[in-house]
Parts: sequence; structure tokens; C-alpha cells
Amino acid sequence: MIATKMIPDFSAPVHVDQVGIEERASRFTKRSIKNETKLNGLMLALNMIDLTTLEGKDTNGKVKQLCYKAQHLHDAYPGLPTVAAICVYPSMVKTAKAALGNSGIKVASVATAFPSGQAPRDVKIRDTKYAVQNGADEVDMVISRGKFLEGEYNFVFDEIAAIKEACGDARLKVILETGELVTYDKVRKASDIAMYAGADFIKTSTGKISPAATMPVTLVMLEAIRDFYYKTGKKIAMKPAGGISKSKLALHYLVMLNETLGEGWMNNEWFRFGASSLANDILMQLMKQKTGVYQSANYFSID
Amino acid sequence: MAKTSEKRLEVLKTYKIYIGGQFPRTESGRYYVATNSKNENLANVCLGSRKDFRDAVVAARNAFGGWSARAAFNRGQILYRIAEMLEGRKAQFIDELMKQDSTKALAESEVNLCIDRLIYYSGWCDKFQQLFSSVNPVASSHFNFSVPEPTGVVAAIAPQNDSLLGLVSVIAPIIAGGNTGIVLASATKPLCAVTFAEVLNSSDLPGGVVNILTGKVGELVPFFADHMDVNATVFCEADAATQKLIKEKASLNVKRVLLYDKVKWSTATGQSPYFIMDLQEIKTTWHPIENIGGAKAGY
Amino acid sequence: MAKATKNNTLKLKFDSARNLAPAPESKSAAKIDPQYDLFINGKFEKPLSKKYFATINPATEEKLSMIAEANTADVNKAVVAARTAYEKTWKKMPPAERAKYIYRIARMIQERAREFAIIETLDGGKPIRESRDFDVPTAANHFFYYAGWADKLEYAFPNRRTEPLGVAGQIIPWNFPLLMAAWKIAPALACGNTVVLKPAENTSLTALKLAEIIQEADLPPGVVNIITGAGATGAAIVNHADVNKIAFTGSTEVGKIIQRAIAGTNKKATLELGGKAANIIFDDAPIDKAVEGVINGIFFNQGHVCCAGSRLYVQESVFKEVVRKLKDRLETMILGEPMDKNTDIGAINSKAQLDIINKYIKIGQQEGAEMYQPSCAIPKKGFYCRPTIFTNVAQSNRIAQEEIFGPVLAIQSFRTDDEVIEKANNSPYGLSAGVWTDKGSKIFNLTTKLRAGVIWANTFNKFDPTSPFGGYKESGFGREGGLHGLSAYINLTT
Repeated sequence: MIATKMIPDFSAPVHVDQVGIEERASRFTKRSIKNETKLNGLMLALNMIDLTTLEGKDTNGKVKQLCYKAQHLHDAYPGLPTVAAICVYPSMVKTAKAALGNSGIKVASVATAFPSGQAPRDVKIRDTKYAVQNGADEVDMVISRGKFLEGEYNFVFDEIAAIKEACGDARLKVILETGELVTYDKVRKASDIAMYAGADFIKTSTGKISPAATMPVTLVMLEAIRDFYYKTGKKIAMKPAGGISKSKLALHYLVMLNETLGEGWMNNEWFRFGASSLANDILMQLMKQKTGVYQSANYFSID
Repeated sequence: MAKTSEKRLEVLKTYKIYIGGQFPRTESGRYYVATNSKNENLANVCLGSRKDFRDAVVAARNAFGGWSARAAFNRGQILYRIAEMLEGRKAQFIDELMKQDSTKALAESEVNLCIDRLIYYSGWCDKFQQLFSSVNPVASSHFNFSVPEPTGVVAAIAPQNDSLLGLVSVIAPIIAGGNTGIVLASATKPLCAVTFAEVLNSSDLPGGVVNILTGKVGELVPFFADHMDVNATVFCEADAATQKLIKEKASLNVKRVLLYDKVKWSTATGQSPYFIMDLQEIKTTWHPIENIGGAKAGY
Repeated sequence: MAKATKNNTLKLKFDSARNLAPAPESKSAAKIDPQYDLFINGKFEKPLSKKYFATINPATEEKLSMIAEANTADVNKAVVAARTAYEKTWKKMPPAERAKYIYRIARMIQERAREFAIIETLDGGKPIRESRDFDVPTAANHFFYYAGWADKLEYAFPNRRTEPLGVAGQIIPWNFPLLMAAWKIAPALACGNTVVLKPAENTSLTALKLAEIIQEADLPPGVVNIITGAGATGAAIVNHADVNKIAFTGSTEVGKIIQRAIAGTNKKATLELGGKAANIIFDDAPIDKAVEGVINGIFFNQGHVCCAGSRLYVQESVFKEVVRKLKDRLETMILGEPMDKNTDIGAINSKAQLDIINKYIKIGQQEGAEMYQPSCAIPKKGFYCRPTIFTNVAQSNRIAQEEIFGPVLAIQSFRTDDEVIEKANNSPYGLSAGVWTDKGSKIFNLTTKLRAGVIWANTFNKFDPTSPFGGYKESGFGREGGLHGLSAYINLTT
């Protein structure tokens, strides 16, 4: 735990400049990623994906199919990595765990009355424990945005700390739902609260609210992680989620990660993409690199 | 009673220079005799020196921060006050102008014009900025505006052919725009300049904002042009050699040089906000504009 | 977990961020002739001097082309052409027609933008990303902006009429060759003047390409003349008796020589000279943004920028954090071949300039300042300088007073607002300044008190055709850009 005396006063103003953040984020998109750098980047991005299905209509069958896809992304291309994790609702954790076996792919479960988080704390704790007991390696919780916007920062902090405790050995991802916080100042503050309260990851979005992840909002969170690292020596992982479906954009995120936190974060222990359609776009790009011809979606499986 | 008054010895006025709100004699101890066309000796006048100028620049520089930071409205009030004071002492100025070869009618009209000119510039103090500022519609997400700001310390050699009008016409735009200055009076007609300094001194104008020296143009002009802490030099004579000398020396610190040899001070063209703008710098400020969620903020 | 804070031992690693596969811009999209003549009276003419000099790519030291050297007779030819065009054509042309010519030039630059960007980078050493995204589009925009003024001048100066000055002699520097040509030519033409322009001898190519466009645009012969050469050619323009106006951008040293040279004439002048801008970070600033602004402020175009934020003042309570972040940021900067799209810091413009920069780096070390440079490699050929920051600097250090015109930053700490205002203004220059704070009232206090022509608050090194640019004090006089930039090229009459 972070020593109490190090925990900052969250009611103090934070200083993030919107125009500046967006300028800086757009600079990363000017990097031209070619040849082996592109190939390595695409492989890495693939390996960082949390392949996700979070729908009311999810079934065991759907989850099993997704888990198969996770292990066999595109067998026509030998030597591909797997994705990092499968992300599902708590009710699907057991199915996913069984389907993935000893593939090394993690099972991440959303919890805490995902996506709204509008439930009493004990319900959220039970939700979390249920996921962990069913075998979840990672828990993706949502913060209480309503409380946060009311200025009840201690409530938000305590809740995250309580969920962290309920997680046991599972790694905790804290979803800020940045699309509901709106300003970068608030994103930065929520990031700080989450990290000091015990988050292992901070994550942008549930995917249910627009806008989901953007490069500027991710940059604000990466900068928060960097400052936290320099203050405490503790590394925190990052997961932008939602809205990243093209490989070019994923490469831009990796450039941003590499130039903000450095190579220590350039693996799937410290960075994930929460995405479902990104994998196939990357696969198409990889096949294009390999064969030299532009690809059609018909040749890439949808699960 | 009349007889006793005839016997009473008149108190003569000592014409001193005006530096930093004080009336010192020239540090050089030198003087010259001001005369008129009838060769009458009018007064002993300070023959200002290089060091007087140096002291005046220090006074002007010290006064610059405060004067330039005054509210424009307040500067306008002070210029108006100068006009009021001049109106109140009109008779004395007419008297001095007549001693220096003017007729009563001309002297009266010159003083009236000076008072009106001060009121004209008083009005400009809080208006020229609006006329010459701009909000610039830059393409990026920034608020960008340009405003005039005073150049700094101005060294001016007043028109040498008249005693009061040229002096007032040069001083008013300098101070209306927030500059401070050192002004060399007409060498041949210095009386009103010193008396005008007394008007300034009783008009709430902070000491050092205007400093008035008397002396010889030929002797002092090089210093007006080469002093490194002077930002602009004003010269009003059509003397090509001196103009060249001023411009050359001005290059030492990239001074702004204003030559007003073609201006007819007694006409309406002798006053305009462009005289104020000649001694202004345009400052442009940029600041980002936030744009979250909604439409782009634009100016 | 968190053996709390041995901050000084923590370090982020950025080595891989710099090792991107090459992404070179293709040179084939640009055509460079083996030799360029003088553009006088609408034609490319052999120089009367019969002399040519080589222009090289500073990134590789390879020769790009041979450039004509204009002597006094060539200058005279150009001025005569400009005078004739002024009297016979340009002055008499309806302003709305003048405008259309200038619009046409703007459009043609946009059409050939890629070619201009490539040549700018080959000739000057600046990163292709900057030529492509900044220099060339901004130059085109400048023509587009001023074109529209040509028939609206009577609205710009209340209660006055305007008249052109005549022939404008324009001398521009090597740091933004095409953009500076645009800054000079566009307002001059809009106001009805004709032009003799001389680019810097190291970077003549894009100006000559612009001459091709001007020819293609059917601008009446002699309205714009572009002649090449070094200092002597510039002096011949300055001293030519039939030039009415000198517009110069360059060093304060040369600016003073010009001011002196034209002292005995009626030539009007605008001078855009050197700077040593203060960039001030207060403790309530958005620090990451400020760091980015400092980087952009001093390393944009290898620091070859007259308004570069070369003096950084950081409030003591955030000093360590800012310096640490600056060092981290430097590690991610990519130095190398300017034609690579990923290059952040390209080549120094010339050997001579590199020598000056290295001299100052040495002086900084001798003065006892602490130097930091990132570990990036430097190409074997060409003129390169690592981005360099100095801490432990005092106001009395030469590196904090003199314009270096390279990627060298002098950092000082400060305690109070008064102190930093005084230090920021403690310079003969007054071109630009930067302020970083979240407090609006402080921004306006600072912007009022800083004696400089351009103040960037929570941003730095932004430019726009509508935004006036120019200095206080020894940074020159007159403005370029915006409504206020018109004054440089007109006489007012009643």
C-alpha cells in the first residue's frame, strides 16, 4: 500500500491543458511506422488485446467461440502471438476459464455493477468476489462517476480500495469512464485517485459510452501513471478501451506509450487494448505485409 | 500708492530646467541669455548639458513603469488637468510669447490652440487603443489579440521655431500613449517651455514623466540619439545632416526615429492619433481556447 | 511494492522509441536544376557577374545546385525592372486585379506543396515534417491572407488614404526561406509595391522555385524580382538609390548596419532581428504541457528561430520536476536525416552556424553551467547538434544573454513573480516571451509587463498570417502579419 502520508489531497485543483494535450497527442500520429517497426508493432498490438464480449445476449456458446478465436487468431499465418486476455461478464468467467485451459490467456471479468456502477458497495464486492472465485485473473471495475462528480472523492477512493481487497490476487483494472467525466482535469484526478487507492491498471472506458478511448485522454492517463511512478516507484498498467478498431491507430497508441512511459511498458503486462474488432484489422495488415496484396475481410474469421 | 508701486522692484523669474519633477539648475552651471528680435535680454536660461540629459533619462525611465501602467482614463484626466492649468495661466504665456516677438492676437491664438490640443489628446488617451487594436482570427484554437503599448522613453527635440505650440504638440502624444520623455525646448524661444514645466508640475503629472531641458540643439542632439536607454528619438527640423546623424546614432540600439519636419503644427494636420501610434509597439498575445464536446470556439 | 520514493534512481527508458525503421520522403517529387539564374523582369537571366556559387544539403554536405551571384550591376538591373513595373503596371492596376494575382500565387504554392517541402528540407536541413506541416502551408496561407487586403486598404487606416511606397528591397534569412519570402512579398504586393527580394545564400532554392511560380502565374514582369547572392548583394540592395523601402529579417548586428547605411536617405525600413526569449513556468502551470511548449520553443527548426524560447525560467518549487521531464522528453526526440518523416531535429543549416553553436556550448561549460544532452547518435556526415540543455545557469552567463540560434536552452530558477519579470526583461532584445500558469489574472499581468512583441501564454511558437509579429527594443521595429503588417508597405496621406 501507499503510505498514507503520500496520498495527495484530491480536492486540490489539477492542471491539464486541453489544447496542449490534443496537440501533443496528434504529434504521435505524425510518426511514420514502416517495415520491421510496423511488423513488430502489429505483433505487439495483437498480443496486447483484451478480446471482449460484453453484451446482454452473451451466451456460453458465444464465449467459447471467442475463446477459440483468441487461441487461433489466423492459423494461415504461423507464429502469431495470442491475445492477452478475454474480457467477459462475471457469469461467463467459468466458461471462458475452461475454454482457455492452459493457453496462458488471461480471463478478465468486468464487475461492480458494470457498466453503470450504480449499486451498493456490498453488491459490488460480492460481484467482484464471484468473478474471482470463478477464476478471473483480472477484474475490471467501474468507478462511481456520480459520486466523483459530486466531489465525493473519498467515497470513490474507499470503494476502489475495498474492491482491490476483494480481488485478492487478481489484478484490478479501474475503469474511469472518461466519456462521462468529460474534461481532462477530471480524468487526471480520477486517475490519481484510482492509482493511490490500489489500482493495478487504469482503464478509460466501458465501451458503452461515447466517446470511449481517445488518444488525448489516454495520454492524460499515461502522464498520470508516469508522475505516479516517479512519486512512488510503482508501475501502473494502462488500458484504453473502445473505439480502437484500426491497426494504424493502435500503432499510434504504441508510439504514444513508448514516448511517454518508455519500453518498460511495451508489453501486455503493462498495456492492453480493450477491443474486439482490432484483432482482425491487425491480421489483415500482417497478411498484407506478408503477401504484398491488400486483404478482404472475407478471409478472416469473425467470432 | 501708485508711486510706491512704481518704486517696487520687480521679482525676476529664474528659468530652470525640469527633471524628475524638480527644477534644478543645469549641473554644468552654464547659462545663455535668451533674447528677442529687438535684442532685448529676456532671461538667463540654463545651457543644459550631456549630464542633465543623462539625469533626465534616468528620471524618465524610473517614471515609465508607473505612467505606462496608469489606467488610460487616468492619463486622459491628467492631460485634461494640464489643459485646465494652462487655461488658468494663459495670461502669463501670452505675455511670454509677446516678449518673444509674437503679437497679442497670435499669442492668444497659439495658447488657445495649445489648450485645445491638450484636450484633443486627453480624449485620445483611452480611445486610440480601441482603434488600433485587433482580435486576430487565427486558424488554430487560440485567442489572439494585438494591442498598442508605449515604446518606452522618448527623447524629443521640440520644433525650434515656436515657443509653446511645437512643445505641446510633441509632448502630448508622447504621454497620451503612456511613454515618458525628455524634451529639448526651442533654443531661441525657451521661456514658455520652462513655464509650461511649471504647469505640468501642478497638474498631477507624476515627476519624471516629462522632463524639459533648455540648451543648444547642436550640442545635445547626439546624446538624444545615442543614449542606450532611450527607445525613440523625435526630431522636427528639416536639417538633413542632423537627421542623418540621429538615424546613424539611433542604430546603436535600434531606436525608433520619427522625423516631423513636414508637419504644420498650427493646422489640423498637426494633431492626430497617428502621432500617438508612432510611439507605440504592437504587442500580440496568444492563448489556447478549450474546446470540449461542443463546437469549435472561434474568433 | 513502493519502497517509497528513491526518486532520483527511478528512470524511464526510451531507447527503443528512437529506433524506428527509416521512413524517408521520396526526393523524386522535386526537381532541382543543376544551375539557377537570377529572376529579373519575369525572366531567368544569367548574372552579369558571371559568377555562381554552390548550395549544399547540410544533412549530407552534397552539392544540390549552383546559384547565380548578383553583383551591383545585377542588383541595378533588378531595381530598374521593379521601378518600371511599379510605374507602368502595378501602381496603376486596379487593386482587385492585384489581389487575384496574389491569390493565384497562393494556390500554386498549395498545388506544388510537396515539391516545396522536399526542396526546403534538402536545402536547409529542417525536418520534412516541419517543411510539410508548417513552412509550406503557412507560406501559402500568407499569400492568401494578404491577397484579400489589396482592395480593402482604405478600411485599415481610419481617416487616411494609403499609397504604396514604390520599390521594396527585401532581404531574408536562412531559417524559414520560403515562409520569410512569403512574409515579405505578399504584403508588399498587396499594398501596391514592387519587389526585389534576396534569399540567404545558403537557402536560395525555394525562393527560386517561387520565382518559377510567379512566372507561371503571369505576374507582370518586374513586379517581383528574385536575385541571389551573399552579404555584398544584400548591401547593394540596401544602398541602391532607387529603392524606397528596406525590409530585413536577420541578425541584430546586420540590422544595425542597415539602419546606419540608410540614415542619410528617405528609405523606410522594417527590421525583424534577433531575440533571446524568456519562457516562464510558474508552479501552477500544466507542467506536462509546459514541458512540451519548452521543447517546441527551443528545438523547433533546430532552434534556428529568432523568437525561440532560449531562456527558461522555472519557479523553484517545480524546478526539479520540470528538468526531469525535459530530460525524459529529450530522450524521445529523434535526431537525424531531415528527409525522414520521423525526424524531430534535423541538420544545422551550415557549418558556420554549427561552429557558432558549438562555441556557445563550450562557453556554457566553461562558465560552470551543467550540460545535459540525450544519448542519441549523430550521423557521420552533415552538420548536427544534439539538443542541449544547461542548468545551474545565472543571468550573467553568456549563454543566458546572447542569441545562439541553435538547439541550446539555458534554464534558471526563480522564486517570485517580480523577480522573474525583471529577469525576463533584462535583455536588449524584446521579440517574444512565454508564460505558463493556470491563473488567468497572472497571465494578463505578465503579458502586460513583459517587454516583447509576441507573448505566448500557455503555448509557444505559434504563427498565423493574421497575427502580427515583430519586436521591441533591439529585436527590431515594424510588424509582419495581420492588419498591422500593412503599415510597413504604405504611406498614409490625408
